[in-house]
Amino acid sequence: MRRPGATGPVTRAGRPQTTWWKTAVGLVLTAVMLFPVYWMVNVSFTRDEAMRKSPPDLFPLHGTLDGYRAVLHQQVPYLGTSLLVGLGTVGLTLVVAAPAGYSLARLRPLGAGVLGFVLLVAQMIPGIIMAMGFYAVFLNLNMLNTLSGLVLADATIAVPFGALVFQAFMSGIPEELLQAATVDGAGPVRVFWSVVLPISRNAIITVGLFAFLWAWSDFVFASTLDGGGRARPVTLGIYQYIGNNNQQWNAIMATAVVASIPAAVLLVVAQRSIATGVTTGAVKD
Amino acid sequence: MLAVTDPATSQSPRGVAEPAASRGRKRRTTGQLTAWAFLLPLVVYLLACYAYPLYRNLDLSLRDYTVRSFVQGDAPFVGLSNYRTIIADPTFLPALLHTGVFTLGSLVFQFSIGLAMAVFFHQHFRLSATLRALLLTPWLLPLIVSSSTWSWMLDSEAGVVNAALSAVGIGPVHWLTAPGWSLASVTIANIWIGVPFNLVLLYSGLQGIPSQIYEAAAIDGAGGWVRFRHLTFPLLRQVSAITLLLGLVYTLKVFDIIWIMTRGGPANASTTFATWSYQLGFGSMLPRFGPGAAVGNLLIVAALAVGLGYIRSRSRWGDV
Repeated sequence: MRRPGATGPVTRAGRPQTTWWKTAVGLVLTAVMLFPVYWMVNVSFTRDEAMRKSPPDLFPLHGTLDGYRAVLHQQVPYLGTSLLVGLGTVGLTLVVAAPAGYSLARLRPLGAGVLGFVLLVAQMIPGIIMAMGFYAVFLNLNMLNTLSGLVLADATIAVPFGALVFQAFMSGIPEELLQAATVDGAGPVRVFWSVVLPISRNAIITVGLFAFLWAWSDFVFASTLDGGGRARPVTLGIYQYIGNNNQQWNAIMATAVVASIPAAVLLVVAQRSIATGVTTGAVKD
Repeated sequence: MLAVTDPATSQSPRGVAEPAASRGRKRRTTGQLTAWAFLLPLVVYLLACYAYPLYRNLDLSLRDYTVRSFVQGDAPFVGLSNYRTIIADPTFLPALLHTGVFTLGSLVFQFSIGLAMAVFFHQHFRLSATLRALLLTPWLLPLIVSSSTWSWMLDSEAGVVNAALSAVGIGPVHWLTAPGWSLASVTIANIWIGVPFNLVLLYSGLQGIPSQIYEAAAIDGAGGWVRFRHLTFPLLRQVSAITLLLGLVYTLKVFDIIWIMTRGGPANASTTFATWSYQLGFGSMLPRFGPGAAVGNLLIVAALAVGLGYIRSRSRWGDV
């Protein structure tokens, strides 16, 4: 049945008439894996009265925009909060992680090994435990239900990751470039600002995108640290929709669709960044 | 600019004579100061937003906190009493068991599905790269989005899963409300979220295997399965170990999915350490911060034990 070389990269020569069925299988696999995403979109357009129909409608042929109207009327403040928290987290993460990555990569600080180890370990601490500690700290500092508190907490997800990405990227900058700047009389801050940062644009984009995505998606910190106040992000908006024993699943799913937009944007504009995001810290270059 | 550099740098070691030692030491000190100045924001952040909350968490677990003493900060020190409380709690053993089943079930299926897909998409065919990118979607979606979507799909009456099952003659399964099914349901959702992560890591591992090895094996007449069993699998061992260990660390952390889908219920049937900790600390009107923090610290110990194993195998792999 199988021709030798049907698996593995041997078929690089690739005859289209023998690979079309692989494309078909690949399409089916992808469709199965992404069915829940399709279903979320489908339900977001389904009318209330058709919601509990059995069997459910597979296509929103007689759909409605009620769900999205509910998003406009009820979820905009939450979305705004998420946007602010996301941007704040990006800013904080970049300010903390970029100089640290430069130092770890190029300036040979004593104790760099220990710090690198700490960064790896930090990524393994469960968020729920950080949340409980933050709750105790913020309660005493009166920082519960504040945007800045949520930004500080959300950045814990991205800062160690960011420092490691910057370290890996900045290690690859050619030494001659930095030396040239030094010879021209630039101090370390100047070299960092005018040479290293502009070259590191891709790393900045990767770290920034992930910091935003993770802060935007955060549920643990939001529900523990901002559960009661006005600074509630969209993840809590969805959660409260469900919690109210709400039958308006089109509104819930419409909010979910809107909350997925940053992920979709990331997927379209920054595929290469995503691969970096998954593999950094996991695979040593 | 580059042309100027070379003579300048090559001259400097020769140009400096006697005072090189002391000047070198001074330069080294300045260098260290500069290096640590760049690290300062990170160090401050790690101390304030990692070390201090973790210390407070440890402190919580060693004191008898009530809501009042939580605000006033005068809770009495009780040593390990919170830890004894949780170990004697009737929820402890089920939570331990569920954490184990959830973690193991997630890992086995995430890894095998991820590996199968990585091998499949490693072939060259039209749309391979595009589909592989699309398959990352579950990993990128906010957990609340995936969890609530799965909740509705698994709904007993109106869910699409039960509708599909009834089409083939299987009666309704109470995925989220039957004690026998809720753990399986949250595990399925978690597997779905974790497959892309395994796929990407294993795919990058496959790319590291030189294609000549396969060509040689193909010339020797090795079939697809033989090549997978005797080439791909052994050569992928290091990447597999890393993928599994990282998966283990991430799965131990999972809280959102379970909490959003079942809140650990019904009757604690899907409670893991992560949700139990949250349940104790935030899940009721009468928070029990001390025991909650104690459960959390047990979880940290487990995650770190696995994590250190990961870091060891990672550095061993880096040497190869």
